Amino acid sequence: MSKRKREIKLFDPALVNTAIKQSFIKLSPRLMVKNPVMFTVELGTIVMLAVVIYQLATHDTTQGALWYNVVVFAILFITVLFANFAEALAEARGKAQAESLRKTREETPAKLVVSPGDIFVKEIKVVPSSHLRLNDRFVCETGDVIPMDGEIIEGIATIDESAITGESAPVIREAGGDKSSVTGGTKVLSDRIVVQVTTQPGETFLDKMIALVEGASRQKTPNEIALTILLAAFTLIFIIVCVTLKPFADYANTPITIAAFISLFVCLIPTTIGGLLSAIGIAGMDRALRANVISKSGKAVETAGDVDVLLLDKTGTITIGNRKATHFYPARNVEESEFIDLVVYSSLADDTPEGKSIVELAAKQANPNLTLDQFRHQKLAVQTAPLTFIKFTAETRSSGVDLPNGTKIRKGAFDAIRNLAMKAGNGMPLEVEDKVKKISGDGGTPLVVAVDNVIKGVIELQDIIKPGIQERFERLRKMGVKTVMVTGDNPLTAKYIAEKAGVDDFIAEAKPEDKMNYIRKEQASGKLVAMMGDGTNDAPALAQADVGVAMNSGTQAAKEAGNMVDLDNDPTKLIEVVEIGKQLLITRGTLTTFSIANDVAKYFAIVPALFIASIPALQHLNVMGLKSPESAILSAIIFNAIIIPMLIPLALKGVAYKPIGASALLRRNLLIYGVGGVVVPFIGIKLIDMLLGLFM
Amino acid sequence: MNTEILGVILTFLITVLLAFPLGKYIAKVFKGERTITDFMNPVERVIFRVSGINPNASMDWKQFLKAMLSINLLWFVYAFFALLFQDKLPLNPDGNPAQTPDLAFNTAISFLVNCNLQHYSGETGVTYFTQLFVLAFLQFVSAATGIAALVALFNGIKEKTTNNLGNFWNLLVKTTTRILLPICFVGAILLAFNGTPTSYDGKDSIVTLQGDSVQVSRGPAAGFIAIKHLGTNGGGWFGANSAHPLENPTYFTGMLELILQVIIPIAMIFAMGFYINRKKFAYVIFGVMTVGMLCLLIPTIVTEIHGNPAIAKLGVTQATGAMEGKEVRFGPALSGYWSIITTVISTGSVNSMHDSSMAVSGLMQLLAMMINAFYGGCGVGILNYYIYIIIAVFISGLMVGRTPEFMGHKVEAREIKIASMVWLLSAILVKGGAAMAAYLVTHHPDVAWAVKPSAWLNNPSYHGFSEMLYEFTSSNANNGSGFEGLGDNNIFWNVSTGIVLILARFIPIIGPIAIAGLLANKKFIPESPGTLRTDSFTFGAMTFAVIVIVNALSFFPALALGPIAEYFSLQ
Repeated sequence: MSKRKREIKLFDPALVNTAIKQSFIKLSPRLMVKNPVMFTVELGTIVMLAVVIYQLATHDTTQGALWYNVVVFAILFITVLFANFAEALAEARGKAQAESLRKTREETPAKLVVSPGDIFVKEIKVVPSSHLRLNDRFVCETGDVIPMDGEIIEGIATIDESAITGESAPVIREAGGDKSSVTGGTKVLSDRIVVQVTTQPGETFLDKMIALVEGASRQKTPNEIALTILLAAFTLIFIIVCVTLKPFADYANTPITIAAFISLFVCLIPTTIGGLLSAIGIAGMDRALRANVISKSGKAVETAGDVDVLLLDKTGTITIGNRKATHFYPARNVEESEFIDLVVYSSLADDTPEGKSIVELAAKQANPNLTLDQFRHQKLAVQTAPLTFIKFTAETRSSGVDLPNGTKIRKGAFDAIRNLAMKAGNGMPLEVEDKVKKISGDGGTPLVVAVDNVIKGVIELQDIIKPGIQERFERLRKMGVKTVMVTGDNPLTAKYIAEKAGVDDFIAEAKPEDKMNYIRKEQASGKLVAMMGDGTNDAPALAQADVGVAMNSGTQAAKEAGNMVDLDNDPTKLIEVVEIGKQLLITRGTLTTFSIANDVAKYFAIVPALFIASIPALQHLNVMGLKSPESAILSAIIFNAIIIPMLIPLALKGVAYKPIGASALLRRNLLIYGVGGVVVPFIGIKLIDMLLGLFM
Repeated sequence: MNTEILGVILTFLITVLLAFPLGKYIAKVFKGERTITDFMNPVERVIFRVSGINPNASMDWKQFLKAMLSINLLWFVYAFFALLFQDKLPLNPDGNPAQTPDLAFNTAISFLVNCNLQHYSGETGVTYFTQLFVLAFLQFVSAATGIAALVALFNGIKEKTTNNLGNFWNLLVKTTTRILLPICFVGAILLAFNGTPTSYDGKDSIVTLQGDSVQVSRGPAAGFIAIKHLGTNGGGWFGANSAHPLENPTYFTGMLELILQVIIPIAMIFAMGFYINRKKFAYVIFGVMTVGMLCLLIPTIVTEIHGNPAIAKLGVTQATGAMEGKEVRFGPALSGYWSIITTVISTGSVNSMHDSSMAVSGLMQLLAMMINAFYGGCGVGILNYYIYIIIAVFISGLMVGRTPEFMGHKVEAREIKIASMVWLLSAILVKGGAAMAAYLVTHHPDVAWAVKPSAWLNNPSYHGFSEMLYEFTSSNANNGSGFEGLGDNNIFWNVSTGIVLILARFIPIIGPIAIAGLLANKKFIPESPGTLRTDSFTFGAMTFAVIVIVNALSFFPALALGPIAEYFSLQ
């Protein structure tokens, strides 16, 4: 497996350039008003500008020195720019991420099938992919790049999807069934298919995602709205604080300059989180995209963090797709090496994953130094004439081989082979029957082998649980997410695998409607359910689930129903999606805490500075020992401004999520971002004050 | 000195020991289980029948609030007119005059809202009739209103999903008959036997040791004093409140009145644990509130015992601590304890003059009222605390990576909006009011009111500022105590504090009830290991941090100009 990394450097120069340009464009009040916290800072900046202009015109010094007001104005202006820059950078990164995906599919020639209304039915015309419209049909042959997303309506082909998924192994896509979807930008490696366009140009999932990131159609998520309200409340509190300070100061006979009022206000309102809030949201979608998941809305990512129940298909998610041979059990009078030979011959031409695994196991047991091909050749070389392979059919429920000497080797389901043996008048060895029962009880599948209708032994096939999956489930359990395995197996097998893999629950002998019912049941008890699916029959369940991740290889119906699309078709992706969602919320929460905790230090910087002249006793509150009132105020607003760009990396990368239980996590984050948020500005403001002392 | 502190510790311990079984009892009453007060059943039935009330009818949060607000409006009208015409009503042996309209407005509101900010003096400003049938009546029903509202909140939390917050009338009547009346009965008898007057005679005349002849006001005061404390009302029968030797004659009555005023606020916390069946949640809240109370109490007692540094500078020893404005029979420790208890809960009765407290004590009293949720007033204390919980839940929910939820219900934009409004309101009322007063004192000192702004303040400078800040903080907290230096019986203070009182009473009740109603209506989400537990020590600490930060941010500049500046300039 080779995964193409789609990493973009945090401060990529090209992106930074775009972001800087955007930060100025975003100064427009029409855009700023969406962010009440930063909008008030912008208003404050305008007031300061007015003060400066007034001073230039009148040379009035009651509002403090001119240079001081100019500096305050400049710092406030930079504060607004920093906040805009954070948002613009997040947008630019998200867009760059999406563009790199989209680029792969632009302007490829398409072999359009001219509509059947013409006289020359199925005439083919080459057009640029941008000319394709919904329901157009086009043909792709070996070597062609698929020009646009669509659904195969005719044919079967192997396709290289590495451009999208980073997965180098080719995949098979065919008309009908659940693997009929193809993605623009991928390449047909063999055969010929006819594809019908399923989306309007500009309305593919990627286009939607880009629009979301760009902000045109970005809507605040419910949680973002609630947080914005809380931040607006904090802003209002500080408006009250600053407005009432005027009569208080008059009573105390203390003149306070406009610059000091505005500085106090800007310092106190939660500019840190206010400036980073939308960047955090965009970065959440961006992280999803980097995990190759296209989210159709910001809300979907947020909801993922809340998921309580995760529905996972057994095959491909919990187990490695297919069963594998794990043991050979010869009958009592059969030598083990003889039995292995029989087994190998019966499976040499068997292309099913089970068949291959039998040969693999045999090769490993015979001589671990040989490669599989060498082993194969060795076995074939022994035979003088070509072998006659018998394919598996639903009727015989067995497959096998006829050797040149006439020996018929058959392997198959227990009852199928037993019937063969019974018909030929041969018995069923007792120890074989016991083995078969034991294998079934352990959740495995027994394959019985017979030579000329005499039973020679059993092959045990087991579902192989993916390495590392137990740990991932453990991690999910610690996050409070319940995992449910969905399988077509009988309850006994399902239970065995569920226990071994460590999932919390399972649905055995699952029909599509069982999934749906399970989701409904969990939702009725108030839980949020996430699931992944690809088939058309998964579509209703995907739509019902709170977070439905459709595989990109899946049908159009499935992709429309879900609220995310996974380009990698990786069923374990759900786990990552949950973590991305949690990370998003945690980043928001911790930066809010940090931002508000910062205010404590700022009060201790500014309040004594405001009143020191008239109430010398308040010097005791100047715990940081700041040099002068002017330097105290400047230090506070400079700290307030530079903390925004300093936190951009954290906002974009997200605060790490640790599954250590809610209370422990709260303690940890409260300690780092709460206590840290109180302490850091004391140090920062003091340092800036010392630095300013060199100039003032 | 040690005996003094022992007295404080003992008083507090007795309170908690009594509050626990009382909490259990209260939970039983509201669950409708059998209790020893079932003999009140017939009385309640008569009340319901006469009023045409079906006590079992369910109410959603809007209906509940409608019932609560309409009966409160009715009580206000009744009280206002009774005070306005009290000179024409019976039971006025001292021949006291009617109240002016602005004073009657202020008095009626202040008793209606469980505040009892008294801009009059009990000896001359009211009659026996209005004391008993207006003020004492309001003391009962206003406390019952607060408790009923709190039980509605419990009902919202208790059920997974419900529309029914309980029947307001039922809760109101049961609170009165099953909780307030029986305890008051015991309290009043104990007070009466310890020297509190209970006579209907008018003023008595005595000759003091110096040979002066003095008029002593009396009246049926014992019952009034019992409900004044039990209902966290705080309005005194006499002007000097519980510093008056007839209102609070001995150290024993001092302890009794202290126990009475804080027993229901503490018992309600335990009652919540039993009623909603989350005992640990209640214990954590009790812990947070107690720690908060102690953080305010300890500095107060320490500074009061150490005396006034300004006096110490003169070379005067203060072996008995700071005794200015305090009664010799209580001393600095119990007076300090009283001043904090009366401000953390919204009683506002005093046994010493807060105006004379040390700067640190003044700061602690102000903080206690600004926070207003460390135990807090009857019922409303926990309602205030609930707002802090909602904010804490929201921020900490995010910090653990889930959209925030409380007791199985998602906290979303609407709830945050309401919580923010309630929180903002107190900052607006306190700081806005104080700013207005400061503006008038500075810029319009000579407005022709009954008391000119220039004559409002008893003290100049920081302390004068504290007096104005205290008055609005006290009104906003529905506390009712005052920095008694303030000249407050004039149209500005009567009307402005009256408006503050009414807003600060009802919006912090409407807000939490609305949130509880909205949350209770939402789908219930069962707890999972990823859910943030609200009954944990960590969450308690988080709530405490939110309370401290939110109040520090709102009030720090004002406090810096008042008590903090005063403290530093006294050093």
